[in-house]
Formats: sequence, structure tokens, C-alpha cells
Amino acid sequence: MALEREKSLMKGLRQLIFPLAAVLAAFVAGSFLVLAVGDSPLATYQLLIGSAFTWPDGIGYTLFYATPLIFTGLAVAVAFRCGLLNIGAEGQLYIASFATAWVGITFAGLPAILLVPLCCLAAVLAGGVWGGIPGVLKARFGAHEVITTIMMNFIAIALASYFTQYHYKPPGDAILETVPIGEGGHIARLGRFVPGLPERIPLNLSFLLALATCVLVYLFLWRTRWGYEIRATGASPAAAQYGGIATGRQIVLAMALSGALAGMVGINEVLGYRYRYYDSFSSGYGFTGIAVALLGRNHPVGVILASLLFGALLRGGLFVDIFTEHVSKDLVMVLQGIIILFVAAEAMFRDRFRGPFGRRIKGV
Amino acid sequence: MSNILIVSLLFSAIRLTTPMLLAALGGLYSERSGVINIALEGLMLAGAFTAATITHYTGNPWVGLAAAILAGALVALVHGVACIQFKADQVVSGTAINILFLGIPALLSGAFFESTGATPQLPKGQLIPMAPIVLAFALVPVTWYVLYRTPFGLRLRAVGENPEAADTAGVDVSRVRYLAVMLSGALAAIGGAYLSIGQSSLFARNMSAGRGFIALAALIFGKWRPVQTMLACLLFGFAEALSIQMQGVSQIPVQFIQLIPYVLTIVVLAGFIGHSRAPRALGLPYQKKR
Repeated sequence: MALEREKSLMKGLRQLIFPLAAVLAAFVAGSFLVLAVGDSPLATYQLLIGSAFTWPDGIGYTLFYATPLIFTGLAVAVAFRCGLLNIGAEGQLYIASFATAWVGITFAGLPAILLVPLCCLAAVLAGGVWGGIPGVLKARFGAHEVITTIMMNFIAIALASYFTQYHYKPPGDAILETVPIGEGGHIARLGRFVPGLPERIPLNLSFLLALATCVLVYLFLWRTRWGYEIRATGASPAAAQYGGIATGRQIVLAMALSGALAGMVGINEVLGYRYRYYDSFSSGYGFTGIAVALLGRNHPVGVILASLLFGALLRGGLFVDIFTEHVSKDLVMVLQGIIILFVAAEAMFRDRFRGPFGRRIKGV
Repeated sequence: MSNILIVSLLFSAIRLTTPMLLAALGGLYSERSGVINIALEGLMLAGAFTAATITHYTGNPWVGLAAAILAGALVALVHGVACIQFKADQVVSGTAINILFLGIPALLSGAFFESTGATPQLPKGQLIPMAPIVLAFALVPVTWYVLYRTPFGLRLRAVGENPEAADTAGVDVSRVRYLAVMLSGALAAIGGAYLSIGQSSLFARNMSAGRGFIALAALIFGKWRPVQTMLACLLFGFAEALSIQMQGVSQIPVQFIQLIPYVLTIVVLAGFIGHSRAPRALGLPYQKKR
């Protein structure tokens, strides 16, 4: 028993080593860029990391930024497990956030006990449908999900922006945002429960929801038959089909689930933070979700750790922007890109090659 | 509508088609060789930034264009090394490049020019508004010829359809793919350069605004063939020109016209209008057998 546990612990540690190496390598590569623009890499990184872990502001905001990333990271990871790359989390979270706000505005008079669940349902459903469509297109017509989700991103952003501009904008408002949702739709900020954490920090209950969702996704993928069938489809579609799994259904299910997870960003954004839909609010959460999933090895625990890292970088980036001479917060994007590149080309660090996800792509 | 309006609409459509067409033709070389290139967006940004910056320092847009071509080829080489040498997931590597080049030009221009992500305005005399347009449309027959009438084109298509057979016939699969990917970077970068030193007079943050993805859509819409891809680009360019000209004039919201390329691509991919078949080995790394 003890030996068994020790073995699995070692396996877990080994899983950590490679992502850590990728992050380290990215920081080293990034430091050349920082040097090139004329700042000190050490001081910049000190600022980047240091400002993310002060109490209460640093930690509060780091966790706040990590919240949407946990959702999008899980979304991308679930699709990956089925052998699909969901680049559409960005569009899914936009359409879901707008749907959340729409329910919050339309049923503004409802009490919290009804309005909050209704809004959450809207987020999950809208994201699920927006993710499910590429799933159906793939399963039914063989349309590659990478291209269809990219296209659906543009469509989602344009639709949400259209409805905001023409139907739900407060008259005379210069900012492209909807009218506020009903008071009953607000969810509590964690500052109300945690001593020392001021309520002005927008970290809210959806962070705890994100953690709970990680547990649920774990249980779903590894403890249910559906989860098993999704993973089997991802590991080898041909073998899964031979084993009697309807792979087409698994593809639709995985994409819808992925979209629903991405859609939960709307709960954090609309119910916990701005209490309205704000046009182009996402700073690429859907795309960062790809980095989160890759770095987190498509496992819920890894997703949490990677989200904390990227959340900290987003927080620290703001300080780098203000307090360094030349470096801007774009450094965070650069680091993110390099991390993905290193993780993608992990054969560089390994002797023998094993496909990162055993995926075979056709028809892009 | 008066004739003048129609003529200006057509010219605007051709101008808007140019960067897409260059990127799409670039993507064509890469994808016909079997390497997915969703990094077109990032490659365009790399080209746009390099062209504007080098033109600013040298005062010569042709040097700027040459630098952009070099930069595009080098960035594409990174994608190539990841995908060909290290057999990385090609979509993931492309995504990484896109994110990377959303960041790098903004970071560098912020540092060099004390601004948040834009390069200084260039004087009118240092712009090349016509040459890229001519080049883009001239490249369509050239690409057709290269693809279907030269040994290189034959190897390129063979490598993208059946790398094992090409290898057996003595074609160096990796070499052809590296060349194709670098060519795609160079062409996408010219498209980007046209945005910064042709259409406008500076580099602005994220100025490609999804054109690389529309180029990819046009490539699929055009079934990975040069002439059809050009027609798809023209259609999308025309839609964009129309949406700009109709701004504030018509009852149809601009957002809906902007959606045309995206919706059409999905419709085509789903097989509702003809079938678009990808090169057979697209996305598959090739492992030489010993």
C-alpha cells in the first residue's frame, strides 16, 4: 500500500518537472527580450512575481484573475481529453457572459434565490450550445473544430457587441456595455467572509465554484462511464469505435461540456464583478486557457496550478507596466507564448518522441 | 448608386483583399506541404511591425519590406522547427506564435518609441501603397505555375499528400516542408507590411485584427487552390469594403456584414456548398523510416 502511494507520488512529481522546466525556460528566453529593451530582467521579474503575492491586494487579484482561467483551462482540457482542440473558449465565454447579463436584465425583479441559479444556468447553457455547434459540425460533417471554433469566436463577439449596442445599452452612455442586471443577481465577494480582505477586490464566490468545478470535472472524467468514453475517444478514436463507443456522440458531448465550462466565466464576470455585460471584457482568457491546459497537462489539479501562475502574471503585469522604465505588460503575453511553444515542442527535452496528445489532425 | 461610388467600392475591395491574399497564398504553400499554419495572424503582425520600424530608421520602405520578409521567414522557421523537427502539435505551435506576436511588437514598440504599442507615423513619401497590391495578384498565376508546372510544386504536393511515397521517391520531406513554411512566413509578412507601410503609415497594436484568420478561412473556402483562394479573398474583401461603405448609411448593422466570411467558412466546411478536402497529410508530422 505504502509503496503504491509512494509510486503514484513520484509519478505526480515527475509530471511537475516538465512544466516547471518549460516555465523556467520561458522566463530565461523572456529575460533576453527584457535586456534588449533596456531593463533589468531580475528587477522586472521581482516586480512581476512579487506584486502578485502581497496581502491582501496581490493575492486577492491573483485569485480573481485565476478564476476565469480555471474555467477556460478546464474547458480546453476536457476537449483535449477527447482529442479536440477548442480554440473557441473565447467566443463561448463571450456569448455566455452576454446570455448571463441578458437573463439578469430581463428577470431583474426576481429574488436572489431564483435569479442567481437562472443566470448561472444561462451561462452554462449558452456556452454549451456555442461549444456544441462545432461538436455537431465535426461529428456529423467532419468539419475541423479548430477552424469552426475560430470562426465561431468572431461570430460570438460580433453578435454580443451588436445586441449590446443596439438593444441593451443605457441611452447616452459612451461605453459599450449593457444596463446593469437586477440586484438579486449579484453574488457575494469573498471580502465579506475573509477578514482582512477588502470588498473592493472583486474576488468572489465564483472562485470557490471554480475549485468545486475542478473536482466535478475530475470525477466526471475518471469516475464515470461518459468520462471514460470521452478519454477513450481521445486516446484512439478507431479503437474506441471498435470497442463499441459512439465516438460522434462523445465529440458532441465533450465540445458542449467544454463550451459550458468556458461559459462559466460569465458567472465570475457578470454576477461577481461588473454586474453587467461589458463589451470586449476578456483579455484573451479563452486563449490563455490553452496555455493553462497544456501546462497543467490537461488535469484539473494542473489546471489550478497553471491558472494561479497565469493569474499572478496578469496581476504582476500591471505593475511591470507602471513601475519599469521600458517593459510593458505585453511581457506577460510573450512569456505565455514561449511557454506554449516549449510545452508543444516537448520532444526537444525528451529523448524519445511521444505525440503530446496522441492527436491526429485532419482537414485543417 | 452612382458610378463613382461603385468604382471606389471596387478599389477599396481590392485594397482590403491584398493583405488577406498574400497571407492566404503563404498559407497555401505551407498547408499544401502538410504543415498547418494558423500562425498567419502572428506572422502578419511580425511583418507589419518590422516593416514600419525598419522603414522608420532607414527611411526606405523597400528596406523595410525586405526586413519584413526576412522576419516573417525567421518566425515561420520557429514554427517549422517546432512542427517538423520536434513534431509539435501544429495547431498548438501556431497558437503560441500568434500569442507571442501579439506581445512582442507591442513590447518592442512600447520600449523603442515611448508609446503603448504603436510606431511613429511615416511620411507619405516612405510608403509603398501600390507595389504589394500588384505583387499579391501577380503571385496568383505564379503560385499556380509553381504548384502545378514545376518540379518543386510536384514535390510540395507529394509531400503534403503522401510523404512516405515522396520519401521513397527520393524527396527530402523535411527540406520541402521547411521551405514551404518559410515561404508562407515571408508572404504573410508582406501582407502585414502592406498593412503598416502601404495601407496606413504606422504599426498599431494588433493591427491585423483577425485578417490572418480570414486568410486561413479563404484558403479553406478556396479548397487550397490558388485561383479559388483569390476569389474567396476577393469575396471577403468585397464584404469588408461593403461593410465600411455602408457604415451609418444602411439599416443593416455593420456587425452582420462583417460576419459573412466566418459564416461562409463554416457552411463550406460543413460541406453544404461543395466539399473542401484538405491535403491528406496535413497536420501529420513525418517520421523518416530507417
